[in-house]
Amino acid sequence: MEATEATEATDTSEHVIEVTDLRRVYRGGFEAVRGVTFHVDRGEIFALLGTNGAGKTSTVELLEGLAPPDGGRVRVLGHDPYTGRAAVRPRTGVMLQEGGFPSELTVGETARMWAGCVSGARPVREALALVGLEQRTDVRVKQLSGGERRRLDLALALLGEPEVLFLDEPTTGLDAEGRRDTWELVRALRDGGTTVLLTTHYLEEAEGLADRLAILHEGRVAAAGTPAEVTASRPSRISFELPTGYFPGDLPPLAGLGVVEHETDGRVVRLRTHELQRTATELLLWARRSGVELRGLDVRSASLEEAFLDIARDASAPRTKEYAA
Amino acid sequence: MSATVTAPMGRMAALARAELTLLGRSRSALVTALFVPLVLPLSVRSVAGQMDLKGTGLTVGLVILPAAIGFSLLFAVYSTLVGAFVARREQLVLKRLRTGELRDAEILAGAALPATAVGLAQCLLLAGVCGAVLEVPAPRAAHLAVAGLVLGLVLCVVLAAVTAGFTRTTESAQVTSLPLLMVSMMGSGLVVPVELLPDRLAAGCELLPLTPVIMLVRGGWTGDLGAADALRAVVLALAWLGLGVFAVRRWFRWEPRR
Repeated sequence: MEATEATEATDTSEHVIEVTDLRRVYRGGFEAVRGVTFHVDRGEIFALLGTNGAGKTSTVELLEGLAPPDGGRVRVLGHDPYTGRAAVRPRTGVMLQEGGFPSELTVGETARMWAGCVSGARPVREALALVGLEQRTDVRVKQLSGGERRRLDLALALLGEPEVLFLDEPTTGLDAEGRRDTWELVRALRDGGTTVLLTTHYLEEAEGLADRLAILHEGRVAAAGTPAEVTASRPSRISFELPTGYFPGDLPPLAGLGVVEHETDGRVVRLRTHELQRTATELLLWARRSGVELRGLDVRSASLEEAFLDIARDASAPRTKEYAA
Repeated sequence: MSATVTAPMGRMAALARAELTLLGRSRSALVTALFVPLVLPLSVRSVAGQMDLKGTGLTVGLVILPAAIGFSLLFAVYSTLVGAFVARREQLVLKRLRTGELRDAEILAGAALPATAVGLAQCLLLAGVCGAVLEVPAPRAAHLAVAGLVLGLVLCVVLAAVTAGFTRTTESAQVTSLPLLMVSMMGSGLVVPVELLPDRLAAGCELLPLTPVIMLVRGGWTGDLGAADALRAVVLALAWLGLGVFAVRRWFRWEPRR
């Protein structure tokens, strides 16, 4: 607990969550979080994005105050969430990555139990209705589907009408509709002033939902900012099939088109550029001049997926086995 | 923000209520908690009938009654709670509870409340039954019996948490809780009064965690436990309690091992 001495809670300012040079080392020496720094402002949705094992959950657990950091500093609402538990907990809501419910209790019993442990709890029925579980009140938890369990978890996190909400992979296991419902709910909460920190490995979730995000990779922040800022630094892509009888050398000089990187895969040519419009225009003009058709032409601006895959690709470690579609 | 803030008692009550529901829905826990402690004293009775109790000042009833209370503490409280703590940890319930306003001690105490209440009710019932059926007279030093019972209940909760810390699965809980069960049954005066053991063995057995509890309970009924012995028993029980609390803080696991 070195360097995490509780300081006065006066410097709350606008940063609801402040993380500075955070470190977490597990028993056995594995360093899951290696100097992470970011902040979340009031009323903002902030996403921690990363592959499995990037350190998302390890980071969030420190913010939730489940463990003290092994280095660096965490402040939630101006307090250390571990030592200042009594001050922080009544104002936060937490959705863990999985489970945490006795399987033999019903949905209603689980929610009532939690409501008894939460300051200023809203009515149980209301919380269950928020996530569309009001019809399942008398069903045992063990009979719920994975998606329903996630929604129950969300309902419990919302029971105390928290100022700060931690959601660890809130939509994993949900179907497309459930995912959209959850996004709507999270947006509505944000619009009502709730600060939301969520982790996800769904890129479209981060891109569509987050006001700002950080991509974690191997315990470090690999990129951070608004989704637009994070993607802006990445090149856009153009791909097409070479017309029959043409060779890559027949194309106009690529550097002159603003292309920063290119590769051919059989007949398919892939170009990367920071000047999408100029490169695409020059390429299409060349095609018209040459009287050829560029089959399978695909022009796309940089996306978060691009950024994410770039970062994951840079990985020297081959342990990053999963990325989201 | 709402002005109402939860109080520890309210939080523990909510947790205890859920845990009581769960106890009622687990058949194996019910058997351990309700059936075993009521049946075991019967087996002691057949043994006690053959004991040579002359010169110990004990009657068959005064052997069975503390034994019955001891069984109740061991099975209704200790054994049940080892299983409950491990089950809640493996289901990640403890981890989830720790994200909320409950403090660590409240989580364990709240979860322990139903089993403790069952144990207490059982002890009172058994005392009543023994009084009626075995003609055990009313306790002569009730304060000692009460002290023994309270210390026994708290000690069993704490020792259950200690054991749970060293238990990986609910299945292995049945094994990890055996040592204390066996040692207590054999050495703490449940089956055989410590007074009847060989001196050197008795000296060792007197230091076991449940021995002072049984001594206080029996002394409460017989009224012939001296002040010095009573004090010694209380101090010993408190020492075990302190050791147990230390062990829980040090080794209790709130999450499953990965």
